[in-house]
Amino acid sequence: MTTTETTTTAVDIATTKRADWQSDQEVRWCPGCGDYSILSALQFALPDMGIRREDTVVVGGIGCAARLPYYMNTYGIHGIHGRAPAIATGVALANPDLSVFVVGGDGDLLSIGGNHLLHALRRNINMTILLINNRIYGLTKGQYSPTSEQGKVTKSSPRGSEDSPLLPLSIALGADATFVARTHDMDRQHMMEVFKRAHAHPGAAFVEVLQNCNVFNNHAYESITAKANREGMIIPLRQGEPIRFGPDDSFGVVLDPRHGAVVMNTADVSEDELLVHNEARDHPSVAFALSRLSPNMDEPTPMGVFRAVDRPVYGSKPVETEPPGRQLISDLLHSGTTWDVD
Amino acid sequence: MSTAKSSVKPSEEIENVVIRLAGDSGDGMQLTGNQFTAVSALAGNDLATLPDFPAEIRAPAGTMAGVSAFQVQISSEDISHPGDKADVLVAMNPAALRSELSKVHSDATVIINTDEFGERELEKAGYESDPLDDDTLDGYYVIDVPMTSLTVTAVKELGAKRRDAERSKNFFALGLLCWMYSRNPDDVKDWIDERFASDDLIRRSNATAFDVGHAFGETTEQIPITHVVESADHPPGTYRNVNGNTALAWGMIAATQLSGLQSFLGSYPITPATDILHELSKHPAAAVRTFQAEDEIAAVTSAIGAAFAGDLAWTTTSGPGMALKGEAMGLAVSLELPLVIVNIQRGGPSTGLPTKTEQSDLFQAMYGRHGESPLPVIAARRPADCFECAIEAAQVALRYRTPVILLSDGYLGNSSEPWRIPDVADLPDLSVEFASELNHENADGSMAFWPYLRDEATLARPWAIPGTPGLEHRIGGIEKQDGTGDISYDSVNHQLMTDLRAEKIQRVADDLPPPEYTGDLDADVLLVGWGSTWGTIASAVERLRKEGILVAHLHLRYINPLPKEVGEILRSHRSVIVPELNMGQLSKMLRAEFLVDAQSLNKVSGLPFTVGEVEEAVRKVVHGDEGESE
Ligand code: SF4
Repeated sequence: MTTTETTTTAVDIATTKRADWQSDQEVRWCPGCGDYSILSALQFALPDMGIRREDTVVVGGIGCAARLPYYMNTYGIHGIHGRAPAIATGVALANPDLSVFVVGGDGDLLSIGGNHLLHALRRNINMTILLINNRIYGLTKGQYSPTSEQGKVTKSSPRGSEDSPLLPLSIALGADATFVARTHDMDRQHMMEVFKRAHAHPGAAFVEVLQNCNVFNNHAYESITAKANREGMIIPLRQGEPIRFGPDDSFGVVLDPRHGAVVMNTADVSEDELLVHNEARDHPSVAFALSRLSPNMDEPTPMGVFRAVDRPVYGSKPVETEPPGRQLISDLLHSGTTWDVD
Repeated sequence: MSTAKSSVKPSEEIENVVIRLAGDSGDGMQLTGNQFTAVSALAGNDLATLPDFPAEIRAPAGTMAGVSAFQVQISSEDISHPGDKADVLVAMNPAALRSELSKVHSDATVIINTDEFGERELEKAGYESDPLDDDTLDGYYVIDVPMTSLTVTAVKELGAKRRDAERSKNFFALGLLCWMYSRNPDDVKDWIDERFASDDLIRRSNATAFDVGHAFGETTEQIPITHVVESADHPPGTYRNVNGNTALAWGMIAATQLSGLQSFLGSYPITPATDILHELSKHPAAAVRTFQAEDEIAAVTSAIGAAFAGDLAWTTTSGPGMALKGEAMGLAVSLELPLVIVNIQRGGPSTGLPTKTEQSDLFQAMYGRHGESPLPVIAARRPADCFECAIEAAQVALRYRTPVILLSDGYLGNSSEPWRIPDVADLPDLSVEFASELNHENADGSMAFWPYLRDEATLARPWAIPGTPGLEHRIGGIEKQDGTGDISYDSVNHQLMTDLRAEKIQRVADDLPPPEYTGDLDADVLLVGWGSTWGTIASAVERLRKEGILVAHLHLRYINPLPKEVGEILRSHRSVIVPELNMGQLSKMLRAEFLVDAQSLNKVSGLPFTVGEVEEAVRKVVHGDEGESE
């Protein structure tokens, strides 16, 4: 590779601040959009990730959330609708030393780009995928999305949508993703913790971020994420601990052979019946059961890391980096049968 | 069975011969044809091949749909096409005879595997009466050979089961042909030893079948004479045989090495382009990473990502895949990143004729994107030329920071020819300089990096790759402000950027040598071609001129931008004929661009033009309509 020398100043890893990760572009989401807090949580978390700006690439597809790369003072591509995981795959394979982030919405990554998402996950390509789920098409002004609840009334479904929604975490686990987590736009600390864990994970890390589109799908998650509701509606996942939540931990999660994971009143079950959270379970079935809790986002909803397992990272075997040049071409052209004419 | 000895029969020297092998797709006709080609190349002949595969992978055995054919012309002269009609047909079964007889001369030699002409086989081929008994073969010189039984008898002695023994019958045919055309049997035997080294029984079976076929030629009274095709008068050098897809893959490896970059190939399997992916996957040490993507769109978009990160990026496909890549090509035009998009064209639309050749994706290459999105289009003209074209496409892509479309086709991809191996010292240097410094001084004296600040000569923008401190920048498909690259919806800027993108591609013509323009330059008639029709058109021109008919030949390697001389050349001839394997795409382009009355000669039958068809079109113009047909 051509060596690159530079006279410009690199920012020291140890000393970056949030501002170092902000580009000079004016952020243009609707006032009050949940994307603002996601962007700032990411920018607040980056100084703790131990990476340099110049080694960071953020790739977006098309959609409100996919605009995020423009606001990051890193390398970035705003690509085409749905294809961000595929573009990011090329970036990650070309240079395995980079930290690659993919940011897209539910339409971008689960509708037009669903295929690429599955394959980036099952290959375990080294990238952090943030799926910003607002359950609506925002940029095109309010049509139902692949995560919208059935019966949703929008401009393109005036009589209520017929589609059943996809559950992003179930899809990721179905693709055997090695890191799967959920967070939400109302809790910066939680987002920062999850983003840092996701970035530190070798291979493909998938994070669903519940986001409020206050213009076209306002209050979509309010019953869960509003401060007043969190205690009763968010099930925090803590590694190694029995899964409990609610006032005085009065509820817990139990595995039930017929219904997967179910929420029970802890008064009705003994301590050792509670499911102990273990992200590192090799088999994805328990994580999958957890991902089916609150399918309509109106019941107690788990937050945190559902799964984190080790598997070989795709493309970690480097291709030859010191090409031997013209001799290699000559050897290739003379390989096999040749003959001389004098 | 001992190795066949040299013939005691008389032999006759001939200038060239066209041989067509046809059998069921399971009969190994492509292998046999390729091996006959290889030994002919070793004998110093010039040659050109035309593999003609069935589209169905598993058409029912013995049916017309399952016939696989291979044509090769070998010659002591320079040739550039596989021959119009064959002089010799080898028909392994009735379906092969029925489907291929129209492709041979009416007095051709027809070698028939009589063992396969039973009632059931005849019925499967749709023959109502036995062509060996009725008048079907009147006028042909027919050689009856019970190939299957002779092969089985000999091979069973080695301990092979009957079914397995039968499989060696194509080697019988190869042995017979090698005897008929005085090819060196040892060249074939060496190859058999190497190719089947892992299975001793198969190796010995094939070698035995080959010997039996060779000996049959020697002893049968049906073939009184052998033929010798002398070696062609090639310029000195080291030669090899190569087909277009392999040459293209090697060109990609060469471009990689010449650029000093790492290459990234994003590809999705599709006929007839997949062999390029296969070939590159074989050479992991050549600094080419192959990525078999989940679909055509991921193949091209991953390549775009790799280009952004500093790789020399490629994607290889065929027509339907090109259609899927359309939007991403637009992104690459907008991002102004180097990328080579290879289209091995096949018959369309839709699935069309996957295994057959066509040149009908020219318009798609030129205009198959939304918006104003010009990019360079280069077309290879012969199998070995695919090597150089790959290097050239990379050179243009890197120098102008643009996606480039390289067009080849199913015929070029699969057919082979002898190739004088180029001296690698003569290959161009493709090294690039990545941006390493801030390039713009702000009004306050501070410095900034502008990703769309262009090079004055080429209008290329700087290529600043991740990992370079200080040059962090964001690019995307939304229109950008000239220079800064910031998002811009400004109407004046959009016009400016559209003009700049077009001008950049036009400037590629500044580097181009004049196009290949040969024949009688003062002739009334000009033949204009592009891509794989080159060999046929060149042969037609040569034959017509021998006859005393004046004709000129213009070949276009660059279709976008066109070399600067093209308009003047077109206007200097009274008649312009454009033979194309499509319904007239280049001719329409030339008419629109230069307002000349370019007449198109079209064919979309899945096969290349014959030389006769091109000659005929010229004769019609020269003599009016009374041109004689072949
Ligand atoms: S439309 Fe919705 S998601 Fe998009 S920017 Fe506005 S509030 Fe945010």
